Amino acid sequence: MSGFFKSSIGRKVAMALSAFFLMFFLLIHITINLISVFSEDTFNTVSHFMGTNPLIQFGMQPVLIFGVVFHFVLGFVLELKNRKAVGVSYARNNGGANSTWMSRNMVYSGAAILAFIVLHFIDFWIPEINTKYIIGDMSGTMEGVEGFRYYEELKHKFEDPFRVGAYVIAFVFLALHLLHGFTSAFQSMGVTAGRKKGLQNLGKAYSIIIPLGFIFIALYHHFNH
Amino acid sequence: MNLTLKIWRQKGPQDKGRMVDYKVNDISEHMSFLEMMDVLNEQLVNSGDEPVAFDHDCREGICGMCSLYINGQAHGPDRGITTCQLHMRMFNDGDTITIEPFRAKAFPVIKDLVIDRMSFERIQQAGGYISVNTSGNTQDANNIPISKHAADEAMDAAACIGCGACVATCKNSSAMLFVGAKVSQFALLPQGQIEAAERVLNMVAQMDLEGFGNCTNIGACEIECPKGISLDNIARMNRELMKASLK
Amino acid sequence: MTLDSKIPKGPIKDKWTTYKDKIDLVNPANKRNIDIIVVGTGLAGGSAAATLAELGYNVKAFAYQDSPRRAHSIAAQGGINASKNYMGDGDSNYRLFYDTVKGGDYRSREANVYRLAEVSGNIIDQCVAQGVPFARDYGGLLDNRSFGGVLVSRTFYAKGQTGQQLLLGAYSAMNRQIARGKIEMFNRHEMLDVVIVDGKARGIITRNLITGEIERHSAHAVVIATGGYGNVYFLSTNAMGSNATAAWKIHKKGAYFANPCFTQIHPTCIPRSGDYQSKLTLMSESLRNDGRIWVPKNMDDAKAIQQGKLKPTEIAEENRDYFLERRYPAFGNLVPRDVASRAAKERCDAGYGVNATGEAVYLDFAFAFERYGKEQAKIHGISNPSKEKIIELGQAIIEEKYGNLFQMYEKIIAENPYETPMMIYPATHYTMGGVWVDYNLMTTVPGLYCIGEANFSDHGANRLGASALMQGLADGYFVLPYTIGDYLSDNIRTGKISTDSQEFEEAEKEVKDRITFFMNNNGSKSVDYFHKKLGKIMWDKVGMARNAEGLKEAMAEIKAIREEFWKEVKVPGDANEMNLELEKAGRVADFLELGELFAKDALDRNESCGGHFREESVELDGEQKGEAKRNDKDFAYVSAWEYKGEPSDAVLHKEELEFKDIELKTRSYK
Repeated sequence: MSGFFKSSIGRKVAMALSAFFLMFFLLIHITINLISVFSEDTFNTVSHFMGTNPLIQFGMQPVLIFGVVFHFVLGFVLELKNRKAVGVSYARNNGGANSTWMSRNMVYSGAAILAFIVLHFIDFWIPEINTKYIIGDMSGTMEGVEGFRYYEELKHKFEDPFRVGAYVIAFVFLALHLLHGFTSAFQSMGVTAGRKKGLQNLGKAYSIIIPLGFIFIALYHHFNH
Repeated sequence: MNLTLKIWRQKGPQDKGRMVDYKVNDISEHMSFLEMMDVLNEQLVNSGDEPVAFDHDCREGICGMCSLYINGQAHGPDRGITTCQLHMRMFNDGDTITIEPFRAKAFPVIKDLVIDRMSFERIQQAGGYISVNTSGNTQDANNIPISKHAADEAMDAAACIGCGACVATCKNSSAMLFVGAKVSQFALLPQGQIEAAERVLNMVAQMDLEGFGNCTNIGACEIECPKGISLDNIARMNRELMKASLK
Repeated sequence: MTLDSKIPKGPIKDKWTTYKDKIDLVNPANKRNIDIIVVGTGLAGGSAAATLAELGYNVKAFAYQDSPRRAHSIAAQGGINASKNYMGDGDSNYRLFYDTVKGGDYRSREANVYRLAEVSGNIIDQCVAQGVPFARDYGGLLDNRSFGGVLVSRTFYAKGQTGQQLLLGAYSAMNRQIARGKIEMFNRHEMLDVVIVDGKARGIITRNLITGEIERHSAHAVVIATGGYGNVYFLSTNAMGSNATAAWKIHKKGAYFANPCFTQIHPTCIPRSGDYQSKLTLMSESLRNDGRIWVPKNMDDAKAIQQGKLKPTEIAEENRDYFLERRYPAFGNLVPRDVASRAAKERCDAGYGVNATGEAVYLDFAFAFERYGKEQAKIHGISNPSKEKIIELGQAIIEEKYGNLFQMYEKIIAENPYETPMMIYPATHYTMGGVWVDYNLMTTVPGLYCIGEANFSDHGANRLGASALMQGLADGYFVLPYTIGDYLSDNIRTGKISTDSQEFEEAEKEVKDRITFFMNNNGSKSVDYFHKKLGKIMWDKVGMARNAEGLKEAMAEIKAIREEFWKEVKVPGDANEMNLELEKAGRVADFLELGELFAKDALDRNESCGGHFREESVELDGEQKGEAKRNDKDFAYVSAWEYKGEPSDAVLHKEELEFKDIELKTRSYK
């Protein structure tokens, strides 16, 4: 079995497995974020739970970070290996004749998403960690804010139009990445259903609705406050 | 029609190689692409130059020798054909046509447009067979009933001519369509299932050793494949490998 | 030397079995010390190499392509015959044997053909065990189709790619042995001479086509499996690289060449479109099951069509000449290949041909669309279907049967054969003649064997459809591996053959001298110039119809081209690298000799039989008036030619053919 993940196909499967995990995470993430549109209180409650529950914090969070890092590192490693396999490149290549832009440029859409995640970490995750574990304030409250602080912080972040713009662009890349990645993950797992109409449509729906949802949330908060 | 050709010339494996421009005139639209190349070569021989080396043999789309990358596409702009089946009516008077060899690290250039595809052969030697003796003392052919569906699917996989267009087209130079087809052809038949695990493990290991890239499910190979080999064969190979590894 | 065909005694049904029981064998330990060279790795060579290696011999196999799986056996479409009688339609070994001898117009060796029929069933068993995906019916059992010239369904097939699948099967068997190290595979190598030591074949000289290096290879026996010589016509359905060099070199070193004039011109090929044409493409014979062949009845219509002023669909039914149905009412469009080809040529020569070159006839499926369409309408319960609906339903059936062929045609001609009739014209396809071999498949040189299309053996003067694959695999899998052991059993004490002997030295020098000559001959004409010239003479004078005067002219003209070739041929580039022109030059040089012997043989055989039609030998009256006339009294022999320097000096040796189990009859398709 250890040999399996050393083989090209094994690595493909590993990419697909981490992709499934990340796609599942995206689903949870957007669900929580959407709450912010409907109810400030519920959003605050859920956020506080997620931010302080030890199972989430010390169980799920490292797994998630590992999943993200794993997917990116392996993705870049494979890209480098693949480039090495090419050797001399063509003087004239017409890739558009037989494949989509998305499928050929996963590494670029991936890199854009990575850049976004870095921004996202600086924006949300590092201040969170700082507050909770460095300063040691686990209360979830903030001076001048009634109740939990999470919603206020969210509002504040989306005031800056440049940040909102960056978010929107990043989510367009996420959509492009998913448009190929969703069905690709099934194919890698040996599931030919990934090439059938039903799953392809589901993939398209997922790849467009999820990023669109995130964009909507960002724009909602930007224009509403 | 009159054409400008930009052709990759490379004296030998060690030579660096470069694109060279040629002109050919009075090309009939009924000519095949390789007949147009014959005209160019006749022209070059008559003027004392060395003709352009390119692989070709059956010229009816089945041997898999011909392997030109024309205007940025394996086997040229038409679909479901090999280079030898491409006809000049696909081009217009005054066109500039770029002609390159199939590119991949695992397909080194021997000369001009001729490449070395021995990596494909070594993959097949690693397990692309059923270990029966050719004594003829096997059981009667009809003692192994095979469903029509499985037989047809195996046939579709076995239709691969091993030309390498899949590798040439793939931006990762992955050979998985080829290997997937070879693995599938046997995996689909009861005769082949006995050794299925060893076969897929050995063939994939050899494929990796040859330095082919990794499949990212782009699907260009399937579209450029002259024999329409389906991506399903790659999925099947992935399954076969998982199954074999779990044993 | 007198020819000894070494046919075993006894009744024909027992010959092979009894013979196998008695021949000498080599024990497994000794096999490890014996080397065999196999040149050519198509169906015959590939299956032989795999089997010999499996038996324990050390095999060195050679192919000019980059892989055995690219040999031209791969292009065979229709199928492979075997007398399995799975259909229960009365087939048997005897019937397959009888059909093959009769189809060959009684010019093949009975004992060989019977053996071929006998092992045909084993081939199917073997291929299925190897994983060849033959077509099956819904019950999971093997399906059969029928082919021209026979009364039973005995053809096994894998879509329209039977040759490819069988070759991949043989190659997979080779791969297993290559992986074990029992076969050493030399791809992109061309054999340029055979080495004879003490009267026995002991090795070959090859050129590495990548580096240009001349190499010596020794062995205890040499097997030639390099296919036919159809490319002597320049245009044929053979692959561009198919050549006669190996066969011709061994002929020059003592192997007799048999029946060179027996060549099959296949009726259903895509016609030539211009002088630039490099090769011709075959459309499977199976198309004649559903298509009707015709030309315009009136010369005016024919002229208008040739000038592109008239479309075939505009010619009324009564103005069409279905010439095969007219001449051969009993067999109609399904007469054997040689008969159909000649009839098409006759019409075109008379000026009724239908494309710009005047060299094509129509193969029309309109009737089949209608027939199948009506049938389908009934099956689907459509009452009063419109004409369009019928055609649509019928076209769907034809597409299912021949879709890939229709697509191939459309790609080449750029006309949709569903809308307008196909154009076809005969083209050189297969050579029944070849190196003479005895019952053991050994040539007249001890230790030198020849198998598959390269030998002359089983098809007489005309080959039936789906029999080439059968013969190649029979020779390679089941015949040669036995018979070669009989010879090699005397070689167990020989030890390794040295390549340092004087014989190797001389053979290598000869090869090198010839290459040096080509590289330094500052001629003015390309190799193709000569090849095309040769092809034209062969086609015009040694083609589908031959006469004494034309053949004599052909001999003189070929000789003249040959002389010009040696003076004027120009080979650019370097000898120490890949040099495709140099490769071609060597092959064409040999074709230029073979072509002359071909014409000489055709001149000698003053009878019409199978693919060989002499205008002097036709029936003068009666029902068969104007048809080919065979002459069993004077020509029931195999002509085996011995090389004596110039092709015109070749000496004829006759192997008289005896027909004990089949009565000689005139073929009639009226």
